[in-house]
Amino acid sequence: MKVGKPEKLIVNGKRLDGRAFDELRPIKIKAGVLKRADGSCYLEWGKNKIIAACYGPREVHPRHLARPDRAILRCVYKMAPFSVKERKKPGPDRRSVELSKVITEALENVVFLNLFPRSAIDVYIEVLQAEGGTRCASLTAASVALADAGVPMKDLVAACAAGKVDGEIVLDLFELEDNYGEADLPVGIVPRTGEITLLQMDGNLTREEFEKALDLAIKGALQVYELQKAALKEKYGGENGGEQ
Amino acid sequence: MESNSIVASIKKDYILTVLETGKRVDGREFDEYREIEIIRGYAQRAEGSALVRIGNTQVLAGVKLSLATPFPDTPDEGILSTTAELVPLASPSFDIGPPDERAIELSRVVDRALRESNALDLEKLCIVPNEKVWLVNVDIYILDYDGNLFDASCLAAISALLDARFPKLEDDKIIYEEKTNEALPIKNKPVEVTFAKIGKYTVVDPNLEEEEVMDARITFGITQENELCALQKGLRGSFTREEILDLFDKAIEKAKELRRYLE
Repeated sequence: MKVGKPEKLIVNGKRLDGRAFDELRPIKIKAGVLKRADGSCYLEWGKNKIIAACYGPREVHPRHLARPDRAILRCVYKMAPFSVKERKKPGPDRRSVELSKVITEALENVVFLNLFPRSAIDVYIEVLQAEGGTRCASLTAASVALADAGVPMKDLVAACAAGKVDGEIVLDLFELEDNYGEADLPVGIVPRTGEITLLQMDGNLTREEFEKALDLAIKGALQVYELQKAALKEKYGGENGGEQ
Repeated sequence: MESNSIVASIKKDYILTVLETGKRVDGREFDEYREIEIIRGYAQRAEGSALVRIGNTQVLAGVKLSLATPFPDTPDEGILSTTAELVPLASPSFDIGPPDERAIELSRVVDRALRESNALDLEKLCIVPNEKVWLVNVDIYILDYDGNLFDASCLAAISALLDARFPKLEDDKIIYEEKTNEALPIKNKPVEVTFAKIGKYTVVDPNLEEEEVMDARITFGITQENELCALQKGLRGSFTREEILDLFDKAIEKAKELRRYLE
Protein backbone atom coordinates (compact mmCIF):
# COMPACT_ATOMS: atom_id res chain seq x y z
CA MET A 1 0.00 0.00 0.00
CA LYS A 2 1.29 3.42 -0.90
CA VAL A 3 1.81 5.95 1.88
CA GLY A 4 -0.30 9.07 1.44
CA LYS A 5 -3.02 7.41 -0.61
CA PRO A 6 -6.40 8.91 0.22
CA GLU A 7 -8.99 6.33 1.21
CA LYS A 8 -11.20 7.43 -1.64
CA LEU A 9 -10.55 9.52 -4.70
CA ILE A 10 -14.23 9.96 -5.46
CA VAL A 11 -16.63 11.01 -2.72
CA ASN A 12 -20.38 11.33 -3.34
CA GLY A 13 -19.93 11.30 -7.09
CA LYS A 14 -17.43 14.18 -7.00
CA ARG A 15 -13.68 14.18 -7.32
CA LEU A 16 -11.46 15.37 -4.47
CA ASP A 17 -11.02 18.78 -6.07
CA GLY A 18 -14.78 19.08 -6.52
CA ARG A 19 -14.90 18.46 -10.27
CA ALA A 20 -17.39 16.36 -12.20
CA PHE A 21 -16.01 13.29 -14.02
CA ASP A 22 -15.90 15.07 -17.37
CA GLU A 23 -14.76 18.46 -16.14
CA LEU A 24 -11.44 20.10 -16.98
CA ARG A 25 -9.48 22.13 -14.47
CA PRO A 26 -9.56 25.89 -15.18
CA ILE A 27 -7.15 26.71 -18.00
CA LYS A 28 -5.59 30.07 -18.88
CA ILE A 29 -3.40 30.52 -21.95
CA LYS A 30 -1.49 33.63 -22.99
CA ALA A 31 0.58 33.88 -26.16
CA GLY A 32 3.74 36.00 -26.43
CA VAL A 33 4.91 36.48 -22.85
CA LEU A 34 8.69 36.54 -23.36
CA LYS A 35 10.58 39.34 -25.07
CA ARG A 36 13.63 37.53 -26.45
CA ALA A 37 12.04 34.35 -27.72
CA ASP A 38 10.63 34.22 -31.26
CA GLY A 39 7.41 32.89 -29.82
CA SER A 40 6.19 32.00 -26.36
CA CYS A 41 3.25 30.88 -24.29
CA TYR A 42 2.32 30.99 -20.63
CA LEU A 43 -0.19 28.43 -19.49
CA GLU A 44 -1.98 27.76 -16.24
CA TRP A 45 -3.84 24.48 -16.04
CA GLY A 46 -5.26 23.98 -12.57
CA LYS A 47 -2.22 24.60 -10.41
CA ASN A 48 0.22 23.78 -13.20
CA LYS A 49 2.21 26.78 -14.40
CA ILE A 50 4.20 26.36 -17.58
CA ILE A 51 6.16 28.61 -19.92
CA ALA A 52 7.12 27.50 -23.41
CA ALA A 53 9.43 29.40 -25.75
CA CYS A 54 10.20 28.84 -29.40
CA TYR A 55 13.46 29.82 -31.13
CA GLY A 56 13.86 29.41 -34.84
CA PRO A 57 13.97 28.42 -37.57
CA ARG A 58 17.67 29.04 -36.97
CA GLU A 59 21.08 27.51 -37.62
CA VAL A 60 21.60 23.99 -36.34
CA HIS A 61 24.19 23.36 -33.64
CA PRO A 62 25.87 20.90 -33.64
CA ARG A 63 25.96 21.14 -37.42
CA HIS A 64 26.02 17.42 -38.15
CA LEU A 65 22.41 17.22 -36.97
CA ALA A 66 21.24 19.33 -39.90
CA ARG A 67 19.03 17.57 -42.43
CA PRO A 68 19.36 18.40 -46.12
CA ASP A 69 15.64 18.10 -46.80
CA ARG A 70 13.99 19.60 -43.72
CA ALA A 71 14.30 21.42 -40.43
CA ILE A 72 14.76 19.49 -37.23
CA LEU A 73 12.39 20.12 -34.35
CA ARG A 74 13.71 19.80 -30.80
CA CYS A 75 11.42 20.16 -27.83
CA VAL A 76 12.93 20.05 -24.37
CA TYR A 77 10.68 19.42 -21.39
CA LYS A 78 12.15 20.54 -18.09
CA MET A 79 10.88 20.80 -14.56
CA ALA A 80 12.14 23.51 -12.23
CA PRO A 81 13.72 22.04 -9.07
CA PHE A 82 11.09 23.82 -6.95
CA SER A 83 8.11 22.78 -9.09
CA VAL A 84 7.30 19.68 -7.05
CA LYS A 85 6.98 18.68 -3.40
CA GLU A 86 10.43 17.18 -3.06
CA ARG A 87 13.11 19.16 -4.85
CA LYS A 88 13.85 17.77 -8.29
CA LYS A 89 17.54 17.57 -9.03
CA PRO A 90 18.38 19.87 -11.96
CA GLY A 91 19.29 18.24 -15.26
CA PRO A 92 17.47 15.75 -17.41
CA ASP A 93 16.13 12.61 -15.76
CA ARG A 94 14.77 9.62 -17.65
CA ARG A 95 11.21 10.86 -17.46
CA SER A 96 12.05 14.29 -18.92
CA VAL A 97 14.00 12.67 -21.75
CA GLU A 98 11.04 10.49 -22.66
CA LEU A 99 8.54 13.36 -22.42
CA SER A 100 10.75 15.59 -24.58
CA LYS A 101 10.80 12.82 -27.18
CA VAL A 102 7.05 12.19 -27.32
CA ILE A 103 6.23 15.92 -27.29
CA THR A 104 8.68 16.52 -30.16
CA GLU A 105 7.17 13.67 -32.17
CA ALA A 106 3.63 14.89 -31.54
CA LEU A 107 4.52 18.34 -32.92
CA GLU A 108 6.65 17.16 -35.85
CA ASN A 109 3.39 16.01 -37.36
CA VAL A 110 1.97 19.53 -37.74
CA VAL A 111 5.03 21.72 -38.43
CA PHE A 112 5.93 22.17 -42.12
CA LEU A 113 9.54 21.18 -41.50
CA ASN A 114 10.28 20.75 -45.21
CA LEU A 115 10.07 24.53 -45.67
CA PHE A 116 13.29 25.07 -43.72
CA PRO A 117 16.02 22.65 -44.83
CA ARG A 118 19.21 22.61 -42.74
CA SER A 119 17.71 24.59 -39.88
CA ALA A 120 16.48 23.94 -36.37
CA ILE A 121 13.33 24.88 -34.53
CA ASP A 122 13.79 24.67 -30.77
CA VAL A 123 11.02 24.68 -28.22
CA TYR A 124 11.93 24.94 -24.55
CA ILE A 125 9.29 24.04 -22.01
CA GLU A 126 9.72 24.91 -18.35
CA VAL A 127 7.35 23.54 -15.74
CA LEU A 128 7.44 26.11 -12.94
CA GLN A 129 4.76 24.55 -10.82
CA ALA A 130 3.39 21.04 -11.24
CA GLU A 131 0.10 19.51 -10.21
CA GLY A 132 -0.21 16.48 -12.47
CA GLY A 133 -0.88 16.37 -16.19
CA THR A 134 2.17 18.42 -17.15
CA ARG A 135 2.86 16.52 -20.37
CA CYS A 136 -0.47 17.47 -21.93
CA ALA A 137 -0.18 21.01 -20.59
CA SER A 138 3.37 21.27 -21.99
CA LEU A 139 2.36 20.00 -25.43
CA THR A 140 -0.54 22.46 -25.46
CA ALA A 141 1.75 25.36 -24.49
CA ALA A 142 4.46 24.31 -26.94
CA SER A 143 2.11 24.40 -29.91
CA VAL A 144 0.94 27.90 -29.00
CA ALA A 145 4.58 29.04 -28.68
CA LEU A 146 5.32 27.63 -32.16
CA ALA A 147 2.30 29.41 -33.61
CA ASP A 148 3.29 32.63 -31.81
CA ALA A 149 6.72 32.39 -33.45
CA GLY A 150 5.00 32.30 -36.83
CA VAL A 151 6.21 28.80 -37.63
CA PRO A 152 4.00 27.41 -40.44
CA MET A 153 1.84 24.57 -39.13
CA LYS A 154 -1.09 22.60 -40.50
CA ASP A 155 -2.85 22.97 -37.15
CA LEU A 156 -2.19 23.28 -33.43
CA VAL A 157 -1.81 20.14 -31.37
CA ALA A 158 -4.19 20.13 -28.41
CA ALA A 159 -3.80 17.68 -25.57
CA CYS A 160 -5.66 16.36 -22.59
CA ALA A 161 -5.55 13.22 -20.48
CA ALA A 162 -8.29 10.94 -19.29
CA GLY A 163 -7.92 8.14 -16.83
CA LYS A 164 -9.46 5.79 -14.34
CA VAL A 165 -9.94 6.73 -10.71
CA ASP A 166 -11.78 4.57 -8.18
CA GLY A 167 -13.20 2.58 -11.10
CA GLU A 168 -14.57 5.67 -12.90
CA ILE A 169 -13.36 7.09 -16.19
CA VAL A 170 -12.55 10.75 -15.57
CA LEU A 171 -11.11 13.68 -17.53
CA ASP A 172 -7.88 15.54 -16.77
CA LEU A 173 -6.29 13.85 -13.75
CA PHE A 174 -4.72 16.10 -11.13
CA GLU A 175 -1.80 15.07 -8.96
CA LEU A 176 -3.54 12.82 -6.42
CA GLU A 177 -5.53 11.04 -9.13
CA ASP A 178 -2.41 10.69 -11.23
CA ASN A 179 -0.41 9.20 -8.34
CA TYR A 180 -3.03 6.94 -6.88
CA GLY A 181 -5.51 6.36 -9.70
CA GLU A 182 -5.70 3.21 -11.79
CA ALA A 183 -4.81 4.57 -15.22
CA ASP A 184 -3.63 7.69 -17.02
CA LEU A 185 -4.12 8.15 -20.77
CA PRO A 186 -2.61 11.36 -22.21
CA VAL A 187 -3.78 12.13 -25.74
CA GLY A 188 -2.63 14.80 -28.20
CA ILE A 189 -4.76 15.49 -31.26
CA VAL A 190 -4.70 17.47 -34.48
CA PRO A 191 -8.26 18.76 -34.31
CA ARG A 192 -8.64 19.68 -38.01
CA THR A 193 -7.80 16.17 -39.22
CA GLY A 194 -8.77 14.07 -36.21
CA GLU A 195 -5.29 12.55 -36.09
CA ILE A 196 -3.77 11.44 -32.80
CA THR A 197 -0.10 12.36 -32.49
CA LEU A 198 0.55 11.78 -28.80
CA LEU A 199 -0.72 8.68 -27.07
CA GLN A 200 0.57 6.97 -23.98
CA MET A 201 -0.99 5.00 -21.18
CA ASP A 202 0.06 3.57 -17.91
CA GLY A 203 -2.23 1.72 -15.58
CA ASN A 204 -4.91 -0.83 -16.31
CA LEU A 205 -7.84 -0.51 -18.68
CA THR A 206 -10.15 -3.02 -20.31
CA ARG A 207 -11.00 -2.63 -24.00
CA GLU A 208 -14.31 -0.90 -23.13
CA GLU A 209 -12.74 1.42 -20.56
CA PHE A 210 -10.00 2.33 -23.02
CA GLU A 211 -12.49 3.36 -25.69
CA LYS A 212 -14.44 5.45 -23.20
CA ALA A 213 -11.31 7.13 -21.85
CA LEU A 214 -9.95 7.80 -25.35
CA ASP A 215 -13.19 9.47 -26.40
CA LEU A 216 -13.30 11.53 -23.21
CA ALA A 217 -9.69 12.67 -23.66
CA ILE A 218 -10.40 13.69 -27.26
CA LYS A 219 -13.41 15.69 -26.09
CA GLY A 220 -11.25 17.42 -23.48
CA ALA A 221 -8.55 18.18 -26.02
CA LEU A 222 -11.13 19.82 -28.29
CA GLN A 223 -12.03 22.19 -25.44
CA VAL A 224 -8.34 22.95 -24.93
CA TYR A 225 -8.07 23.67 -28.68
CA GLU A 226 -10.66 26.44 -28.40
CA LEU A 227 -8.64 28.06 -25.59
CA GLN A 228 -5.44 27.85 -27.64
CA LYS A 229 -7.10 29.57 -30.58
CA ALA A 230 -8.61 32.21 -28.29
CA ALA A 231 -5.17 32.99 -26.85
CA LEU A 232 -3.70 33.50 -30.31
CA LYS A 233 -6.66 35.60 -31.43
CA GLU A 234 -6.31 37.73 -28.35
CA LYS A 235 -2.75 38.58 -29.28
CA TYR A 236 -3.05 38.85 -33.03
CA GLY A 237 -6.58 40.13 -33.24
CA GLY A 238 -9.43 38.32 -34.84
CA GLU A 239 -12.53 40.18 -35.71
CA ASN A 240 -12.06 42.54 -32.81
CA GLY A 241 -8.49 43.43 -33.61
CA GLY A 242 -5.93 43.15 -30.88
CA GLU A 243 -2.65 44.49 -29.72
CA GLN A 244 0.19 43.90 -32.12
CA MET B 1 19.72 7.42 -40.63
CA GLU B 2 20.27 11.17 -40.57
CA SER B 3 22.17 11.43 -43.85
CA ASN B 4 20.23 8.70 -45.58
CA SER B 5 16.89 10.41 -45.87
CA ILE B 6 16.98 10.34 -49.70
CA VAL B 7 17.86 6.65 -49.75
CA ALA B 8 15.13 6.01 -47.18
CA SER B 9 12.50 7.68 -49.33
CA ILE B 10 13.42 5.48 -52.32
CA LYS B 11 13.34 2.44 -50.08
CA LYS B 12 9.99 3.50 -48.72
CA ASP B 13 8.54 3.60 -52.24
CA TYR B 14 9.74 0.05 -52.77
CA ILE B 15 8.37 -1.21 -49.44
CA LEU B 16 5.03 0.46 -50.18
CA THR B 17 4.78 -1.18 -53.62
CA VAL B 18 5.24 -4.55 -51.96
CA LEU B 19 2.67 -3.72 -49.25
CA GLU B 20 0.19 -2.81 -51.98
CA THR B 21 0.31 -6.43 -53.14
CA GLY B 22 -0.74 -7.55 -49.65
CA LYS B 23 2.71 -8.87 -48.67
CA ARG B 24 5.74 -7.58 -46.84
CA VAL B 25 9.33 -7.32 -48.07
CA ASP B 26 10.29 -10.46 -46.14
CA GLY B 27 7.23 -12.37 -47.37
CA ARG B 28 5.21 -12.15 -44.17
CA GLU B 29 1.53 -11.37 -43.76
CA PHE B 30 0.68 -7.98 -42.21
CA ASP B 31 -0.29 -9.64 -38.92
CA GLU B 32 2.52 -12.18 -38.78
CA TYR B 33 5.44 -12.22 -36.36
CA ARG B 34 8.84 -13.47 -37.38
CA GLU B 35 10.05 -16.69 -35.83
CA ILE B 36 10.40 -16.40 -32.07
CA GLU B 37 12.79 -18.30 -29.84
CA ILE B 38 13.39 -17.91 -26.11
CA ILE B 39 16.31 -19.47 -24.27
CA ARG B 40 16.06 -19.18 -20.51
CA GLY B 41 19.05 -19.38 -18.20
CA TYR B 42 21.43 -18.04 -20.84
CA ALA B 43 23.57 -15.93 -18.47
CA GLN B 44 24.22 -18.11 -15.48
CA ARG B 45 25.78 -15.61 -13.11
CA ALA B 46 22.48 -13.75 -13.18
CA GLU B 47 19.67 -14.85 -10.86
CA GLY B 48 17.54 -15.16 -13.96
CA SER B 49 18.06 -14.53 -17.65
CA ALA B 50 16.61 -15.07 -21.08
CA LEU B 51 17.80 -14.62 -24.63
CA VAL B 52 15.02 -13.74 -27.01
CA ARG B 53 15.21 -13.93 -30.77
CA ILE B 54 12.55 -12.42 -32.98
CA GLY B 55 13.83 -13.07 -36.46
CA ASN B 56 17.37 -11.69 -36.43
CA THR B 57 16.76 -9.38 -33.50
CA GLN B 58 18.46 -10.66 -30.35
CA VAL B 59 17.87 -9.35 -26.87
CA LEU B 60 19.33 -10.69 -23.64
CA ALA B 61 17.78 -9.78 -20.31
CA GLY B 62 19.41 -10.49 -16.96
CA VAL B 63 17.87 -10.27 -13.50
CA LYS B 64 20.09 -9.49 -10.53
CA LEU B 65 18.79 -9.42 -6.97
CA SER B 66 20.20 -7.42 -4.10
CA LEU B 67 19.11 -5.91 -0.80
CA ALA B 68 17.97 -2.33 -0.51
CA THR B 69 16.12 0.14 1.68
CA PRO B 70 12.53 0.59 0.48
CA PHE B 71 11.26 3.90 -0.88
CA PRO B 72 9.64 5.97 1.90
CA ASP B 73 6.24 5.98 0.17
CA THR B 74 6.21 2.20 -0.29
CA PRO B 75 7.84 0.96 2.95
CA ASP B 76 6.58 -2.61 2.59
CA GLU B 77 7.34 -3.17 -1.08
CA GLY B 78 10.38 -4.44 -2.91
CA ILE B 79 11.84 -2.41 -5.77
CA LEU B 80 11.74 -3.21 -9.47
CA SER B 81 14.09 -1.34 -11.76
CA THR B 82 14.37 -1.80 -15.52
CA THR B 83 17.08 -0.45 -17.78
CA ALA B 84 17.94 -1.02 -21.41
CA GLU B 85 21.23 -0.66 -23.21
CA LEU B 86 21.57 -0.32 -26.95
CA VAL B 87 24.92 -2.08 -27.03
CA PRO B 88 27.21 -0.74 -29.82
CA LEU B 89 27.86 -4.21 -31.21
CA ALA B 90 24.17 -4.53 -32.08
CA SER B 91 23.96 -1.87 -34.77
CA PRO B 92 26.03 0.79 -36.53
CA SER B 93 23.49 3.33 -35.23
CA PHE B 94 24.20 2.53 -31.57
CA ASP B 95 26.96 4.50 -29.86
CA ILE B 96 28.94 4.01 -26.69
CA GLY B 97 28.08 6.31 -23.83
CA PRO B 98 25.14 6.91 -21.53
CA PRO B 99 21.68 5.71 -22.65
CA ASP B 100 20.22 7.96 -25.34
CA GLU B 101 16.55 8.82 -25.70
CA ARG B 102 15.82 5.62 -27.63
CA ALA B 103 17.23 3.46 -24.84
CA ILE B 104 15.43 5.46 -22.19
CA GLU B 105 12.09 5.23 -23.98
CA LEU B 106 12.56 1.50 -24.53
CA SER B 107 13.31 0.76 -20.88
CA ARG B 108 10.51 2.96 -19.63
CA VAL B 109 7.92 1.35 -21.88
CA VAL B 110 8.99 -2.15 -20.81
CA ASP B 111 9.09 -1.01 -17.18
CA ARG B 112 5.56 0.38 -17.57
CA ALA B 113 4.17 -2.97 -18.72
CA LEU B 114 5.88 -4.88 -15.89
CA ARG B 115 4.90 -2.36 -13.26
CA GLU B 116 1.34 -1.59 -14.24
CA SER B 117 0.39 -5.23 -14.77
CA ASN B 118 1.81 -6.03 -11.32
CA ALA B 119 4.03 -8.62 -12.96
CA LEU B 120 5.93 -8.86 -9.67
CA ASP B 121 4.16 -9.01 -6.33
CA LEU B 122 6.29 -6.31 -4.74
CA GLU B 123 4.84 -6.81 -1.27
CA LYS B 124 6.22 -10.32 -1.24
CA LEU B 125 9.67 -8.86 -1.84
CA CYS B 126 9.64 -7.09 1.52
CA ILE B 127 11.96 -8.58 4.14
CA VAL B 128 11.69 -6.02 6.98
CA PRO B 129 9.25 -3.13 6.40
CA ASN B 130 10.92 0.29 6.27
CA GLU B 131 14.32 -1.36 6.40
CA LYS B 132 15.07 -4.10 3.99
CA VAL B 133 13.56 -5.27 0.76
CA TRP B 134 14.67 -7.12 -2.34
CA LEU B 135 15.79 -4.92 -5.23
CA VAL B 136 15.11 -6.59 -8.55
CA ASN B 137 17.18 -5.16 -11.41
CA VAL B 138 16.13 -6.15 -14.89
CA ASP B 139 18.84 -5.17 -17.36
CA ILE B 140 18.00 -5.46 -21.02
CA TYR B 141 20.88 -5.87 -23.41
CA ILE B 142 20.25 -5.41 -27.13
CA LEU B 143 22.68 -7.71 -28.96
CA ASP B 144 21.48 -7.57 -32.56
CA TYR B 145 19.08 -4.93 -33.82
CA ASP B 146 16.84 -6.02 -36.67
CA GLY B 147 13.72 -4.16 -35.57
CA ASN B 148 10.98 -4.37 -32.93
CA LEU B 149 13.02 -3.94 -29.77
CA PHE B 150 9.96 -3.26 -27.62
CA ASP B 151 8.33 -6.66 -28.04
CA ALA B 152 11.63 -8.55 -27.85
CA SER B 153 12.73 -6.65 -24.75
CA CYS B 154 9.45 -7.17 -22.93
CA LEU B 155 9.52 -10.90 -23.74
CA ALA B 156 13.11 -11.08 -22.54
CA ALA B 157 12.35 -9.19 -19.33
CA ILE B 158 9.36 -11.29 -18.30
CA SER B 159 11.12 -14.53 -19.33
CA ALA B 160 14.15 -13.59 -17.23
CA LEU B 161 11.91 -12.81 -14.26
CA LEU B 162 10.21 -16.20 -14.68
CA ASP B 163 13.62 -17.84 -14.87
CA ALA B 164 14.98 -16.12 -11.75
CA ARG B 165 15.55 -17.93 -8.44
CA PHE B 166 16.32 -16.25 -5.13
CA PRO B 167 19.90 -16.66 -3.98
CA LYS B 168 20.53 -17.94 -0.49
CA LEU B 169 20.23 -15.33 2.23
CA GLU B 170 22.33 -15.92 5.34
CA ASP B 171 22.69 -13.43 8.21
CA ASP B 172 21.61 -10.60 5.91
CA LYS B 173 24.20 -11.55 3.37
CA ILE B 174 23.42 -12.83 -0.08
CA ILE B 175 25.29 -15.92 -1.12
CA TYR B 176 25.07 -15.60 -4.87
CA GLU B 177 26.78 -18.91 -5.50
CA GLU B 178 23.89 -20.80 -3.92
CA LYS B 179 20.59 -20.40 -5.67
CA THR B 180 17.49 -21.61 -3.87
CA ASN B 181 14.59 -23.26 -5.68
CA GLU B 182 12.35 -20.36 -4.86
CA ALA B 183 11.03 -18.45 -7.85
CA LEU B 184 10.12 -14.75 -7.81
CA PRO B 185 6.50 -13.88 -6.92
CA ILE B 186 5.19 -13.44 -10.46
CA LYS B 187 1.56 -12.26 -10.59
CA ASN B 188 1.14 -11.41 -14.24
CA LYS B 189 2.85 -12.06 -17.54
CA PRO B 190 2.46 -8.95 -19.67
CA VAL B 191 3.62 -8.89 -23.28
CA GLU B 192 4.05 -6.01 -25.69
CA VAL B 193 2.78 -5.93 -29.25
CA THR B 194 4.15 -3.30 -31.63
CA PHE B 195 2.76 -2.15 -34.96
CA ALA B 196 4.42 0.03 -37.58
CA LYS B 197 2.43 2.32 -39.82
CA ILE B 198 3.91 2.74 -43.30
CA GLY B 199 1.81 4.93 -45.55
CA LYS B 200 -1.71 3.68 -45.00
CA TYR B 201 -0.61 0.17 -44.05
CA THR B 202 -0.06 -1.17 -40.56
CA VAL B 203 2.07 -4.23 -39.88
CA VAL B 204 2.93 -6.08 -36.69
CA ASP B 205 6.50 -6.81 -35.57
CA PRO B 206 8.35 -4.46 -37.97
CA ASN B 207 11.80 -5.57 -39.08
CA LEU B 208 14.62 -3.04 -39.44
CA GLU B 209 13.85 -2.22 -43.09
CA GLU B 210 10.28 -1.43 -42.14
CA GLU B 211 11.30 0.56 -39.07
CA GLU B 212 13.62 2.71 -41.16
CA VAL B 213 10.72 3.92 -43.26
CA MET B 214 7.79 3.76 -40.86
CA ASP B 215 5.75 6.92 -40.24
CA ALA B 216 4.49 5.96 -36.80
CA ARG B 217 4.77 3.19 -34.28
CA ILE B 218 2.46 2.02 -31.55
CA THR B 219 3.12 -0.44 -28.73
CA PHE B 220 0.40 -2.09 -26.64
CA GLY B 221 1.24 -3.73 -23.31
CA ILE B 222 -1.32 -6.47 -22.72
CA THR B 223 -1.88 -8.37 -19.44
CA GLN B 224 -2.81 -12.03 -19.22
CA GLU B 225 -6.40 -10.83 -18.61
CA ASN B 226 -6.26 -9.13 -22.05
CA GLU B 227 -6.31 -5.69 -20.51
CA LEU B 228 -4.15 -2.76 -21.50
CA CYS B 229 -1.28 -2.04 -19.08
CA ALA B 230 0.94 0.19 -21.22
CA LEU B 231 0.66 2.16 -24.42
CA GLN B 232 3.20 4.17 -26.35
CA LYS B 233 2.84 5.89 -29.68
CA GLY B 234 6.05 6.99 -31.36
CA LEU B 235 7.36 9.01 -34.30
CA ARG B 236 6.01 11.77 -36.44
CA GLY B 237 3.05 9.99 -38.02
CA SER B 238 -0.40 9.68 -36.53
CA PHE B 239 -3.23 7.25 -35.92
CA THR B 240 -6.95 7.86 -36.04
CA ARG B 241 -9.24 6.88 -33.18
CA GLU B 242 -10.60 4.00 -35.25
CA GLU B 243 -7.15 2.73 -36.17
CA ILE B 244 -6.13 2.68 -32.51
CA LEU B 245 -9.21 0.74 -31.42
CA ASP B 246 -8.77 -1.73 -34.27
CA LEU B 247 -5.09 -2.24 -33.43
CA PHE B 248 -5.96 -2.78 -29.77
CA ASP B 249 -8.19 -5.71 -30.80
CA LYS B 250 -5.42 -7.11 -32.99
CA ALA B 251 -2.89 -6.65 -30.17
CA ILE B 252 -5.02 -8.77 -27.85
CA GLU B 253 -4.97 -11.62 -30.40
CA LYS B 254 -1.23 -11.33 -30.98
CA ALA B 255 -0.57 -11.16 -27.22
CA LYS B 256 -2.16 -14.60 -26.85
CA GLU B 257 0.31 -15.93 -29.42
CA LEU B 258 3.28 -14.37 -27.65
CA ARG B 259 2.22 -15.58 -24.24
CA ARG B 260 2.52 -19.18 -25.44
CA TYR B 261 6.28 -18.71 -25.51
CA LEU B 262 6.22 -17.93 -21.80
CA GLU B 263 4.85 -21.30 -20.75
